[in-house]
Parts: sequence; C-alpha cells; structure tokens
Amino acid sequence: MIAEAGLAALWLAAAMALLQFVGGLTLLRGGAGQLVPLIKPAAYVQGGLCAFAFFALMWLFYVTDLSVLLVASNSHIDKPMIFKLAGTWGNHEGSMLLWVAVLSVSGAAIAFFEKRIDAKTLYATLAVQGFIALGFFAFLLFASNPFERLVPAPLEGAGLNPLLQDVGLAFHPPTLYMGYVGLSIAFSFAVGALLTNQVGPAFARAMRPWVLTAWIFLTIGIAAGSYWAYYELGWGGWWFWDPVENASLMPWLAATALLHSVSVLATRNALRAWTIMLALVAFAMSMAGTFLVRSGILTSVHAFAVDPERGAFILALMLIYTSIAFVIFALRIGTVKQGEPFQLVSREGGIVANNIFLSVILAIVLIGTLYPLAAEAMGDKISVGPPYFNKATVPVMLLLMVALLIGPMLRWRRDALMRIKYWLIGAAAILVCGGLAAWKMAPDTRLFPLLGIALSLALAVAAWLPLRGRKLLRTPLPIFGMVIAHFGIAVSVFGMAEESGFSKETLTALAPGESAEIAGWKVKLDDVKPVLGDNWVAVEGEMVASKNGDTFILRPQSRQFFKPEMQTSEAALLTRWNGQLYAVIAQPDQEGDGRWQVRLWWKPYVTFIWYGGILIALGGTISLFGRMFRRAKKPAINKWERA
Amino acid sequence: MNRPWLLWIPLAVVAFIGGLAIYGLAVPKDDQVHSAMIGKKLPAFALPAATAGVPALSNTDMADGKPRLLNIFASWCLPCKAEAPHLETLKAAGVEIDAIAVRDKPEDVAAFLAEFGNPFRRIGSDSEMAVQLMLGSSGVPETYVIGGDGTILFQHIGDIRAEHVPMLIEKVNAAK
Amino acid sequence: MRAFAPILLALSVPVFAQGSGPTPPLANRQLADPAQEAQAMRLMHSLRCIQCQGQSIADSDAAMAGTMRAEVRQQIAAGQKPQAIRSWMIDRYGEWVSFEPDMKGVGLLLWVAPFFIFVASIWLARGLFRRRT
Repeated sequence: MIAEAGLAALWLAAAMALLQFVGGLTLLRGGAGQLVPLIKPAAYVQGGLCAFAFFALMWLFYVTDLSVLLVASNSHIDKPMIFKLAGTWGNHEGSMLLWVAVLSVSGAAIAFFEKRIDAKTLYATLAVQGFIALGFFAFLLFASNPFERLVPAPLEGAGLNPLLQDVGLAFHPPTLYMGYVGLSIAFSFAVGALLTNQVGPAFARAMRPWVLTAWIFLTIGIAAGSYWAYYELGWGGWWFWDPVENASLMPWLAATALLHSVSVLATRNALRAWTIMLALVAFAMSMAGTFLVRSGILTSVHAFAVDPERGAFILALMLIYTSIAFVIFALRIGTVKQGEPFQLVSREGGIVANNIFLSVILAIVLIGTLYPLAAEAMGDKISVGPPYFNKATVPVMLLLMVALLIGPMLRWRRDALMRIKYWLIGAAAILVCGGLAAWKMAPDTRLFPLLGIALSLALAVAAWLPLRGRKLLRTPLPIFGMVIAHFGIAVSVFGMAEESGFSKETLTALAPGESAEIAGWKVKLDDVKPVLGDNWVAVEGEMVASKNGDTFILRPQSRQFFKPEMQTSEAALLTRWNGQLYAVIAQPDQEGDGRWQVRLWWKPYVTFIWYGGILIALGGTISLFGRMFRRAKKPAINKWERA
Repeated sequence: MNRPWLLWIPLAVVAFIGGLAIYGLAVPKDDQVHSAMIGKKLPAFALPAATAGVPALSNTDMADGKPRLLNIFASWCLPCKAEAPHLETLKAAGVEIDAIAVRDKPEDVAAFLAEFGNPFRRIGSDSEMAVQLMLGSSGVPETYVIGGDGTILFQHIGDIRAEHVPMLIEKVNAAK
Repeated sequence: MRAFAPILLALSVPVFAQGSGPTPPLANRQLADPAQEAQAMRLMHSLRCIQCQGQSIADSDAAMAGTMRAEVRQQIAAGQKPQAIRSWMIDRYGEWVSFEPDMKGVGLLLWVAPFFIFVASIWLARGLFRRRT
C-alpha cells in the first residue's frame, strides 16, 4: 500500500512540476497570467509529495518489504540497519528519487524564502526548475520506477554489493548528487534571470547560497571518494585521473569558478555574462558526469552501476537542457548590459585570473577524458592517463596558486602592486626559501613537487593576510570562510606535493618472522592467519612496525569475496602527524616458499590532502552560515540595486 | 559583443560532445586489446614442453614453410574448454596447430588433454606469460595464424566458435 | 569457527582465473639501484595494464601486469632507456598501452589543445581590462 502511495505521490508531483512550468511559460510569453497564483503552491505541493515519496521508500527499506522489487534486489533481512537505510539511495532508482526529492524541496524553499529577486524572475526560475524536474520525473516513472512490485515476494533479499557495504561509500554518491542538484538550481536561476533580463547583483545574491551549498557537497564528495580509493585499491594512489574521478572533478572546477565570479557579480556588478555562462557550464558538467558514470562508455576502475540504456536517457536530458539553455544564452546575452569596469590589477582581476585558470584546467580534463572516445571514432585506440593529466594541468594549478597569493590582497576595482610590495617581497622570499629548503633535503626531486611545496608554504601564510588590520570580532563570517578555504588549499597542495615528491616504497616478500625497512621504520611480519567475514574470507597479516622505540601493530588483509567473486586489499594505515605508513599484504609470493608479497609505503603528510579538503568545505560552510545569518539581520543594500 | 558568432561556440561544444556520446553508446565498445605484432616475424623464444608426451615449442619450430595455427590456452580457462571441439574440427580439416599453455602445471595440462583430446602438434609452457607479452597477447584463449616463414598473419581473440572455423581454415590456406 | 580454519586457509589462496605459475621475481621486487627503480616506477605508472579496467601496471594485481613490471625492470637494469621500453611495449600492444600519447599524429591535438585554450581564454578576457575606469 505504501509503495502504491509513493508512486501516486510521484505522479501528482510530476503534474505539479508541469503546472509550475506551464504557469511560468505563459507569464513569460506575456499571457494573462491566470496560472500565476498557482505557481508557488505547485512548488510547495511538489516538494511535499516528493519528500513523502522518498520517506515512503525509506520506510519500505526500514521494514524490508521484500514485495518491492528494489528492496528485494538491494537489501537483506539480516543487514545492519544503517545499510538497510542507506539501501534507499544505494542504487540507481533510489538515488534518482533522492535527486528529485531534494530538487523539489529546494524548489519549494526558493518559492517560499526568496524575496530578493523580482517576482517575474522568480516565476521564470521556478518554471525552469519545473522543466528540469519534469525530465527527471519522466526518467523515474518510465525508466526507473523505485516502487515496482515483485510477485511472488522472496524470503530474504539479495544483498548489496559488498564493496558498497562501507559507511564511506554509502554516503559518497548522495553527497555528489546534492552537489549536482545545487548546480541545477543555480542553472534555473541563471536561465530565469536571462529570460527576464535581470542579470545583476540581486540575482547573484539569490543564486550564491545554492552554488556554495553545491560546492561544499562536491568538495566533501570528492575528498571522501579520493580517500576511499586510497585505502581500498591497495596501491597507495589517491587520484588516478580515471574517467569517473574526472567526471566528479569537472563540476567541482566549474562550481569553484562560478563561486568566485558570482561574488564579483554580487558585490561589484561585473562579470555578468560570464557568470551566466559558468552557471550553465557547471550544470552541464554535472549532467555529463552522471552520464559518463552511468553509461560506462569509458573504461573505469570505479564502474559500479553501469547501464547504457539509462545512460542514454540521462544523455537525452542533458542534451535537451543544455542545448536549450545555450540557445537562450546566445540569443539573450546581448541584452545583458556590460557590468561595472575594473582594472587588471584589482580584486576582480585576480578573480578573472582564477576563472581563466580553472576553466583551462576544466577544458583540459574534459578533452583528456573524451579524447580516447574521439580517437576511437577516428579508428585509433589510445589511452590518456595520469602522465598526460599531470603534465597538462599541474602547471596551470601552480599558476592558480600564484594568483591566489596575490588576488585576495588586492582592492576592488583598481589597485597598485606597489601598495602591497612588502607582502610581494615577503611571498617571494618564502617561495625561494621553501623551494631551496625542499630541494636541499632531496636534490633529485622533480620540479612540480618542489614548486608545489614552495607555493603552498607561501599560501599558508598569505591565506590569513586578508584578516590583517581587521577587528576580528567584527569581521564578517564570509571573510573567515574565504581565509579558511584558501588555507585549506595550501594544506591540501602541501600534502599532494609531499606525497608525490617524497614517498618511499618497499616491495618485498616476507615469511612470518622476517622484517623489512622503510623510511626509518622496521616492519616485521609476525603472523599470517585466515579471517572469516560475512561474505568473504581473508588472509590477515599481523605486522609490527617500530621506529625510535615506538611499536604499533598493523593488520592488513587480502580479501576474497564470493558473491560477486572479487579480490580486494584492505590496507592497514598507521597515521602519524607527519605521514602515514601504508601496509598491504598481497598474494603468496612463490608456491611453497611460505613468503607473502608485502608492499609498504611511507607517505609523508599524505593526510594533509584530506585535512585540506575538510578545511575547504569548512570554509565554505562558515561562509554559507555567515551569509544566511547576515541576511536575517539586515537586508543588503547595494548601490547598483534598481529601485 | 562585436563577435556574435562566439556566442554559439558553447552550443557547438555541446553538440560535439553529444555526438561523441551518442557514438559511444551506439557503437559497441571494443574492449579487446589487439596485438600490434600482426605482419611481423615471431619473436625468438624456446618454451619447455608443457606436459610429458607432447614436444616443446620454439619460434623456429613454426618457420618450417608450412602455415599453421598457434593456440594460446590454459587448463584453468573455461572458454578454452568450450573451444576444444572446434580445434578438433580444424585438425580434422588438415590444419596443423601448435599451442602455448599459460601459467599451467604439467599434470593439469595432461588432464585437460585427456578430457578434451589433443589437437596440438607441440605445446610450450609459458609459465611467466613472457611469450604472451612478446606476442602482444592479452589473455586466453587466443589463436594466431602463423605463416610458413614464421610471420604472424592474424589474431583471433577469445574462444573459437563454430562460425569461426571456416574463416580460420581459409586464412591458413590463403597463407600457403 | 575453528573447525573451518584449515578449509579457509586453502580457500584464501587466491583462486583468480589466472592459473598458477612462478611470478617473475622482478614483478614485485625493486631494483637495487634507487635511481633505476625510480625510472622504472615512473614508466610503469605510464603503461596501461592489459587485463584491467584502466589501471596502470604499477597499480595492479593482475598476473600480466606483474609480467610487464618484470619486463620493464629487467630492461631498465640492462641499461635500456624508458622511451625505448615504452616503444617496445607499443610495438606489441599498440598506442593503447601507453597512458601518454605521442606528440604526433592522433595525439598531437591533445598536447596542443591546452596551449591553444590557454591563449584563447586570455585573448577573450583581454577585453575586460581595456576599458577605462
């Protein structure tokens, strides 16, 4: 009964989305507007119905109602409750329902709370949002109905991919989806403002919290996915430039650029057309990313729920949304007036540099990811992987770091480098000293890690300078947010540079009782014993790692899963403040000699990569709360606001 | 904006990516890694016999003026069992077949031959996959057409099905 | 639980469909000379594993990846240049085996594109700054 109610709610919600779309459309076409009073209520009802549908599905997973196909094929009566609940979105249908639910609830929130932009723009935004939602309702109802019944109902349920029974992974995909939904809302705002010719600071301020929210979720999602790959794949890598990884990186790059340009538009009323462009690109990238992951047209290590047919559906939606939006862009952007002028040396100039570099990196990642497909269409089979992406993107990333050293120090509109000459000299001094010190410690290090270390040290100081001369208690929270996020970039880049330049590796084979050395650590393999899991067996090595009199036990496993049959390495990580010892036990070395292949890495400061990611997301969150808080206190008044 | 055509670039990019994506969905993905050794001479190798009673295999054994097939198989490989009858058919049609057993043990190879028959003239044992690497082979089973002068003429990836048999016979005959 | 232990130990030996045979020693051992090993490692990270889903041979447990690692280390130890070993692999498996396409032919555009995009975006942004304030 609950399943049928959920399905009915979805159909009704789709009707509401249609009403929202048609209502806005008639208004835009200059109609009489009889439907206009219905638009906001339609958004509220749509949000409520979708939330109901989602919680209905969650209830079905909670009680493990096996007469529902989705529950039967993705859950099991004996599963821990957290994974039962995570099963709601741990599959294609459920995750699409979550997407639609969040989209609809967000739409209701916009309809209810958004007072800054004029009514017509708001209705246009809601119409675009209804249009996007309609596509996803069609997808859900026609191609991935989460409430389909299964007759007869099975007794136990099939279970969930063992790899997905991991708390980190249970929350990784929905986190990315939250980000994608946020970008779709930014897209709706952008198209709405374009249609009603209202591209200005008010629009930017309405759109900004959604961009910020999306960006926070994407940051967390990417950082968590990277850490998962790091400990699960068992070779110590944390970023492989794999198509699925790139698919999540591209929306983040676009969102980061958008986040900066939207604040220029909000505070300085400049970069109008460019901000619209980025909002469209960011959503297009999130759709393209979803398509690449779902369709499986590119070979990936992380390919889970691949389904070409559904990939085709997502592709069709993506092409419809983005091509309509870009046609509107090309036709209407001429009506957007040029924004306020500024000079090269100014805060705006710094943000333009940020946007150029981020866009170039985005373009390189996009080209590199799709290039093998294009080459295949031309009859050539080639691979594009880490060596290319590193060589092509790292120089631009380093330029981005340079822009980040200077940009936040500059004043809006126009400034002179002479004004901040002492800081520039100081930064150059840190750069040279840091670079020389790192080079002195390891003369045969390559150029990129050295530059990365030098730049991140300079940025770690520079990031805090915007607070200089301010009364800390009266400084707006968004400034703190920016400072912390930029400091997080320094922390993260420091970790990346240290890891890629200074990691130590020992590959060996040990019999119990033997030991190996790495970076001053002595690692002794004490014992190897079998371990039994729910649906796997493993060999577990017990290793004793010692350095300077401290000893620690490490227990890496090599797991063999039965259904489906697969082998995974569970690395054992020993975390110290200045790095991690990463230990893997693999296969028996040679038959009958009793030795096991052991892989050991010392990865200096590798944890900084993810600490930095957490700081970046934290900075974004502080900024978001700061804006909401300030808005509640006093409405922002801006001299560019129309009366 | 004094260059209106620039505004249409984003749409063109979307169209291009869309076209590429449609191509990617429509054309079945070729996951096979084909050898780049076609048309080249066999690399020099000398493999020990894979099991007692069947002679060992070296590259010179296959450059005796007579074209033949080189089958790469393993007793632990399921599709190899499926293709065994078709190899028998090929042998019955007068095609000479040499083989390389990959990461296999003599007793396992013997058991495999006892169960599925032995269509092979010679079987070399490639326990470290070194010869596979030299041939540009990516897995088991694979079948190569080798010319009489020891040139690699053709590579068939995957198990031989009934429909492949006439094609392989023709390739071997054409090499005569 | 204890009764199962012997069975488990037997099961826990990987029963991958890769057969069994001696693993070439250099597949999972480093070269004695750290400089040579670093060279080999960099090359292994740029070669694609034949039997995997887009991993490099440096990051894979597949048997063939082990054989390829051993080949790379052997040739490096014998004084071969990485570029020559890369060509050796390409001669066997085609361009597909390299994660870093050549700067010619079909791969040319890939390497030129970043520069082109960089210059083009600066050229497009140039107009922003030329206006007088």
